[in-house]
Amino acid sequence: MGGMTIAEKILATHAGKEEVKPGEIVLAKVDFMFGNDVTTPLAIKTFRKIGVEKVFDPERIAIVLDHFTPNKDIKAAEQCKFSREFAREQGIKWFFEGGNVGVEHCLLPELGLVLPGELIIGADSHTCTYGALGAFATGVGSTDLAVAMATGEAWFRVPETIKFVYEGDLQPWVTSKDLILYTIGDIGVNGALYKVMEFSGEVIEKLSVEQRMTMTNMAIEAGAKTGIIEPDKKTIEYVKGRAKREYKIYKSDEDAKYYKVIEYDVSKIEPQVAFPHLPENTVPISKAAKMNIKIDQVVIGSCTNGRLEDLRMAAEVLEGQKVAPWVRLIILPCSPTVYFKAMKEGLLEIFLEAGAVIGPPTCGPCLGGHMGILASGERAVSTTNRNFVGRMGHPKSEVYLASPYVAAASAILGRIASPEEVVK
Amino acid sequence: MITRGRVWKFGDNISTDAITPGRYNLTKDPNELAKIAFIEERPEFSKEVKPGDVVVGGKNFGIGSSRESAALALKAAGVGGVIAKSFGRIFFRNAVNLGLPLLIGNTDPLLDGEIVEVNWRSGEVKKEDGEVLKFKPLDSFLLAIVEEGGIIEYIRRRGDLWIQ
Repeated sequence: MGGMTIAEKILATHAGKEEVKPGEIVLAKVDFMFGNDVTTPLAIKTFRKIGVEKVFDPERIAIVLDHFTPNKDIKAAEQCKFSREFAREQGIKWFFEGGNVGVEHCLLPELGLVLPGELIIGADSHTCTYGALGAFATGVGSTDLAVAMATGEAWFRVPETIKFVYEGDLQPWVTSKDLILYTIGDIGVNGALYKVMEFSGEVIEKLSVEQRMTMTNMAIEAGAKTGIIEPDKKTIEYVKGRAKREYKIYKSDEDAKYYKVIEYDVSKIEPQVAFPHLPENTVPISKAAKMNIKIDQVVIGSCTNGRLEDLRMAAEVLEGQKVAPWVRLIILPCSPTVYFKAMKEGLLEIFLEAGAVIGPPTCGPCLGGHMGILASGERAVSTTNRNFVGRMGHPKSEVYLASPYVAAASAILGRIASPEEVVK
Repeated sequence: MITRGRVWKFGDNISTDAITPGRYNLTKDPNELAKIAFIEERPEFSKEVKPGDVVVGGKNFGIGSSRESAALALKAAGVGGVIAKSFGRIFFRNAVNLGLPLLIGNTDPLLDGEIVEVNWRSGEVKKEDGEVLKFKPLDSFLLAIVEEGGIIEYIRRRGDLWIQ
């Protein structure tokens, strides 16, 4: 038996097998599953067709109403009502809306509902975020969620793993968002299709768990099934006091087989901006800032960059500054806890003084839902994860993806800008 | 699992946002979803698509969101299946789970508007002039799900998911 990667070990354990090989299709027991207001209603409808009365385990299911909430319109309200009624009927333990809702991929780790070594599926593509905790977590569709709610199982094609090794010293203003954008720019939006991206190296070890989540969050943008990082002391520290279940730590074997190993010297990486309309269209900030790209809106938030550390980065640049008069700066803390802590730390004050709009925890504009939709011809710099055509509004609008530092600097200067131009 | 219809050809990296844009996703009604399929990418699609038509993509068809509406909209529109060089992985599993057949291979020789006969089990695509192109069909377990009409039907018929 050859060595296995962390992803293979988690899949093997949950499939009740000694080992699994890439390409194999397995059925596996899922530790935790969830859906949101967009994907849950369809899952419920499908669940009803299976012919079982009750979900397999109401404590292993979450419903997070975070996308078009606070209810954007009547249709959104009906979707939420449909999900709420199902949650009540089935006694779903983890139901979130109103004052306890956050963007799902911020909220669930924060509450210790997703843990190292677990197999997690979510009816949302950014479920891969939890790989930062050493879980195998992947996005699925509503039907997968329906089947798993009924049976506790899902099918998986065992993916190959690409190992990414990051070494060297980070340049000033370079964040994990820049590392993942750079990586996607390098390998392309197809670069890790069906595969696992295992992030490793001294740079990853130095990143906080929150920063790691920004990286694993965007693994799907390279086509990956998930991103994953071996748990270490920081991971264990993060889940301590939060964990709602027992968990197990898995690590890749020394002789694990990788599809490919890609090494980066991060000292050569600058802050990155992904130009429309794909996350792979990355341009280093030194070049992007010289192009005089005027912008109309800046969004800081989302499951990619809406956590406390992200807001601190934005505040570091925005403190004592004013947003350009033609720019709408929208800041969406990604969970009630993040919102509360940002208030206590005085970050919200900095944002309001700079002229920002602070919205509730919601996915909102990231997927063109609400709370900051772009008109034709408008441009936004956003800390979110996708810049596809029409993603944030009109098909003729443009989204530029960047870190909270670059987003904040761009809001102040009203064009794509480097934080160096603002903070001297 | 043989269908016949016209080819609707698309390029590389067609996202789920292009198939069913995020802001139209506030419905779970398949017929409503069918009406918005490619609404901005190709506005005539939903009006002109006929049962058995084939959606043909380039690389990474269905990249992006996990919203099942993309695969569901195509199925509801009567599309016989999708052929692409590769698929976004969640779209791939959604299509399988919903019973929408897929083939993988070089789609360059397939032309927009031409009529083809597709054998989704063998992977053979026959053109009007008799030329036969060969594509990779789904793995056997996934094909079994598709042939049942989707994973729900598969479970209902067999009682559980287990392969063996």
